[in-house]
Amino acid sequence: MSAPFEPVLLARRGMPDGQSLKTYQATGGYEGLRKALAMEPKQVIDTVIKSGLRGRGGAGFSTGTKWTFLPKDIQGPVYLCINGDESEPGTFNNRELIECDPHQVLEGIVITGYATKSTTAYFYLRYEYGRCYRTLKKAIDEMYANNLLGKNILGSNYSLDVHLHRGACAYICGEETGLIESLEGKRAWPRIKPPFPDIEGAFRRPTVVNNVETMACVTQILDRGADWFLSIGVPKDPNNPRDGGSYGPKLYCISGHVNKPGLVELPLGITARELIDKHAGGVWKGRQAKAVVPGGISMGFLSAAELDTPLDFNGPGKVGCLGLCTAAVIVIDDQTSMVDVLYNTCRFFAHESCGQCTPCREGTAWSTKILARIRQGQGTLKDLDTLTDISNTIGIMPGTTICGLADGAAWPIKNALKKFRPEFEEYIKSGRKTQMREVAAAH
Amino acid sequence: MSALSESAKQQIRDHFSRYPNKQAVTLPALHIVQQEQGCVSRAAIVEIAEMLELAPAQIVDTLSFYGFFKDEKHPLGKRRIWVCRSLACALRGGDELLAEVCDRLHVQPGDNTADGTATIELAECLGACDGAPCILIDDELQLNVTADEVVALAEGR
Ligand SMILES: Cc1cc2nc3c(=O)[nH]c(=O)nc-3n(C[C@H](O)[C@H](O)[C@H](O)COP(=O)(O)O)c2cc1C
Ligand code: SF4
Ligand code: FES
Repeated sequence: MSAPFEPVLLARRGMPDGQSLKTYQATGGYEGLRKALAMEPKQVIDTVIKSGLRGRGGAGFSTGTKWTFLPKDIQGPVYLCINGDESEPGTFNNRELIECDPHQVLEGIVITGYATKSTTAYFYLRYEYGRCYRTLKKAIDEMYANNLLGKNILGSNYSLDVHLHRGACAYICGEETGLIESLEGKRAWPRIKPPFPDIEGAFRRPTVVNNVETMACVTQILDRGADWFLSIGVPKDPNNPRDGGSYGPKLYCISGHVNKPGLVELPLGITARELIDKHAGGVWKGRQAKAVVPGGISMGFLSAAELDTPLDFNGPGKVGCLGLCTAAVIVIDDQTSMVDVLYNTCRFFAHESCGQCTPCREGTAWSTKILARIRQGQGTLKDLDTLTDISNTIGIMPGTTICGLADGAAWPIKNALKKFRPEFEEYIKSGRKTQMREVAAAH
Repeated sequence: MSALSESAKQQIRDHFSRYPNKQAVTLPALHIVQQEQGCVSRAAIVEIAEMLELAPAQIVDTLSFYGFFKDEKHPLGKRRIWVCRSLACALRGGDELLAEVCDRLHVQPGDNTADGTATIELAECLGACDGAPCILIDDELQLNVTADEVVALAEGR
């Protein structure tokens, strides 16, 4: 038996004055940065590559490898953008991480800045996170006052400024090039890639975009070493040469129909069932789970028979979901109609589509209208085929859109109609209506 | 008379050194102005554009993308209350909460209450799904709320 898992990323949660620099340093904070500054930037990147860290923002790309895509011997500025736009329904790990331990995130930013030779970091924070904004502002001021930011950090040759930049309530600002456009003062229309941000990002300069939780992991990896990180989670699949493994601790968000919703830190690879039963007090009201969102609504649904799926970077894909994304688990009980659930996800994406690509703009709007009609008791079985058609034709995967929002809109439709089709058919045939009241201005 | 206060102008100027160009100050400037005036008026747009060395149309293009900013015909009430309707909240009564709050206050999302105390908005996931249903008041989250509580807040009680 291995030792019980000890939370690291959330170790300071609930500590009195846990957000202050004083507490942070008294509990080992900024040791990772000191170690990093004693290395060459290249060695820092190698350490992060070796750790197997994959981005926590959704795509799961190897963090250190992404940093190596920056052009060599760059003249002029390199930007670091921290993605704190967190808006994927079900997801709140970045918020709690910032609120309970801002310095852990900021330390990772300075380490990442040093490794990538970034000259300025922009922390793009969704507007709704006012408390995070004030917490970060205070922490950044403390850092400037203590030579942890600004010129010649801790006596090194490295200098970095961090600026907080607040969003204005738009999900698409979380997509990295949407974020960059928004940062530049424009509408958040994602850019066609390539060029990727590493080559041409913010202000047309080489740019690294990383998620908030990714930054906290970088801090811990530099402090505790790559081998520590590799000792946690799920190793590479030896039968899959393309698998990068699922290493390290992960913040899992649990919400919906459970007794104890909340945020837990666990090794990557926990199953949905364990999360619900052991860490969220089980399904509420003594009911059973009918479906579970494995990682934010863009990922689709696990059926009740799929709850033993490990929530690592590979697990959800093996049962037809899009991936792990943000590891935000939403539990749906057996009294809930999947028609209503799917309507809700479609409405979200119709509301948040930036409107740039016709398949996404029209596909999200029409899928919402069709489901609204079904909910009014006026659906036909053919509607289900139309919905499936829409879900198969919008997105980067079929190659019809600029960004992945459309794939995220498609996946819940695909999964719902594949895994719960009889329920949809029964709903339509019975001429049932959803009595749920809804505000007129639907979207 | 200038549409922007001296303090707003100074706050906007303070942002210039943070970015390689002035256009990047668009969102900060819009936030500063709306925070102070409850909306971003035509006249304010023209003056922001002047300060950022942009055409007013560029400011409008950005502003209109984000449903967040209000024009002078629809200024914000004293507080802005956003009710989340995304999945985690909807599963715990978010849609019904929004409907009840709107019914009781006789508003549609986006409207101000009759006495102008509050603006009621619908929100997509606020990032506080562990406290569903939840709301945002200005920029502070409030978790596990009831309709009575939201109505009381909207009435300034
Ligand atoms: C529609 C859409 C929304 C996204 N929203 C977020 C977000 O809120 N936060 C985030 O970190 N990444 C988000 N991403 C992923 C980013 O594009 C990007 O991959 C990520 O920020 C990279 O950081 P990481 O490598 O540290 O994960 C989103 C992607 C898409 C397609
Ligand atoms: S896929 Fe949708 S959200 Fe993404 S760029 Fe196209 S229209 Fe915008
Ligand atoms: S769904 Fe309401 S806060 Fe996330």
